Amino acid sequence: MRREVPVLICAIMGVAMIIQFFIPHPVSQAIYKTVIKWFIIIVTFAMVLGLLSLTRMHLTKLRRGDKDWFFSLVTISSLFVNLLVGFFSFRITDSFIFEGLKVPFNFFTISFATGLAAGSPFMNLFDYIQVPMQATMFSLLAFFIASASFRTFRARTVEATLLLVAALIVMVGRVPVGHMISTSIPALSDWILVNPNMAAKRGIMIGVGLGGISMALKIILGIERSWLGGGGE
Amino acid sequence: MYKILNAFLKINRRWIFLLVLLGVLIPLVLGKGLTRSYPGAEVVKVYDFLNNLEEGDIIILSMDYDPATIPELNPMARALLRQCFNKGIRVVSLTLHPAGPGVVITLVDELLREYSQPGVNPDGSVRPVREYGEDIVFLGYKVGTAVNILALGEDVRLSWPQDYAGVELPAYGSDPTQTTLPLMCDVQNYNDVKCVVTISGTRIPEYWVAYGYQRYHVKVATGCTAVMFADFYPYLQTGQMIGLIPGMKGAADYEELINRPARAMVGMLPQSIVHLMIVGFIILGNIAYFIVRRWEKRGGGDR
Repeated sequence: MRREVPVLICAIMGVAMIIQFFIPHPVSQAIYKTVIKWFIIIVTFAMVLGLLSLTRMHLTKLRRGDKDWFFSLVTISSLFVNLLVGFFSFRITDSFIFEGLKVPFNFFTISFATGLAAGSPFMNLFDYIQVPMQATMFSLLAFFIASASFRTFRARTVEATLLLVAALIVMVGRVPVGHMISTSIPALSDWILVNPNMAAKRGIMIGVGLGGISMALKIILGIERSWLGGGGE
Repeated sequence: MYKILNAFLKINRRWIFLLVLLGVLIPLVLGKGLTRSYPGAEVVKVYDFLNNLEEGDIIILSMDYDPATIPELNPMARALLRQCFNKGIRVVSLTLHPAGPGVVITLVDELLREYSQPGVNPDGSVRPVREYGEDIVFLGYKVGTAVNILALGEDVRLSWPQDYAGVELPAYGSDPTQTTLPLMCDVQNYNDVKCVVTISGTRIPEYWVAYGYQRYHVKVATGCTAVMFADFYPYLQTGQMIGLIPGMKGAADYEELINRPARAMVGMLPQSIVHLMIVGFIILGNIAYFIVRRWEKRGGGDR
């Protein structure tokens, strides 16, 4: 029953949503609106579930003292510090008096949903920790691309040469300097993007789309059950 | 010669890092930038679409990105907002990225401070006063990309009953004088907006096409990082996207179009230098590689 009931719910909902999509009847529209409300609730609970799962996994690693347990500690503490600071953001009020160290009772004005207010501890965490860390990580990409292009991008075969030439044209064509060198470079770059690139992308997208439909049908029909968990039992 | 070329091929990568660093740093420190950009057709399409809207029209601006892509995506969001504010286009902003709220609030706050007093734009045009609630609203972040895009097609209040600060959205069609968010009195679903502009460093624009455009026929324009733009070209050709603003180059193009060169234009010189540097690395690396390989095949290698 633990597996049959979810498969049945999935099959019924899957078929119902397909029928609903092709029949724009008022009844069908009313059902659709209700289902959207359910989706919003389910997705929110899925996030809570994800949060619990992540916490449990890292707590287990910490308890067992696994290799790299320190990273689990960083993950858990970052998660909960952000969460708590976001929920219980305090502000230093105007009545805070430095002279004579006279601190009024309302020094900590605990209030909900002030996490995003300018200058709040949550925004300070965001501005001074998250922004520089993420920007640094993304910026490193330029350095590694430059190094990798020098070391590994070799015209060893015809295919590699075509790829290399296309990459060079697009790289120069996508910056104003390319236009300054010759107007043909951006034109050639656009041609590469609009013709060979798009043909390849479209082929991939059609393949992915067909794969998606096939997978969806397998799930609706109960053939594919790995989404139920349990290691494909 | 062989030894020199071989050593060149095995150069310590830190030297390459140093060259890239200097290529980025020197123009930024000197404050030198390119004086103009050359807008691509896909960027002009977005600009023209927004420019042809009437004063008071509404768009949705979905800023679906995190701090990692701020340098690339914030300039285009800033340029788009300036165009909307100057033209009187009203903006319902939201984010479908969990790290997005901080990014959006900082940017919206900056723009609202810029437009808090009447004045003159750098190009000589009049800078009107714009206010939160009247000209722009930020709804915040909600979990679930597809479901929220679908919910927006029915009623924005299904997903966002309040704005980011917890202020209740007024009922659709209610008296705008009775609320601090009068803009939302005119918005129920996609029928009330002219288009959705999604700015993202992820695949979220594809969700907007699949669920927003295909299901509800709302027009979608996209701003994306340079590494993503090739992926979105098929949607341009089919008309599923009305236009595309690709990376910092796209942002510089947009700044050029709104006649307000800013950070993207400044970033164009370092980016051009690094692009040319990488091209140079590839060419030199290949030349050295093939010369060394030829010598080794001939049994040389000690010359």
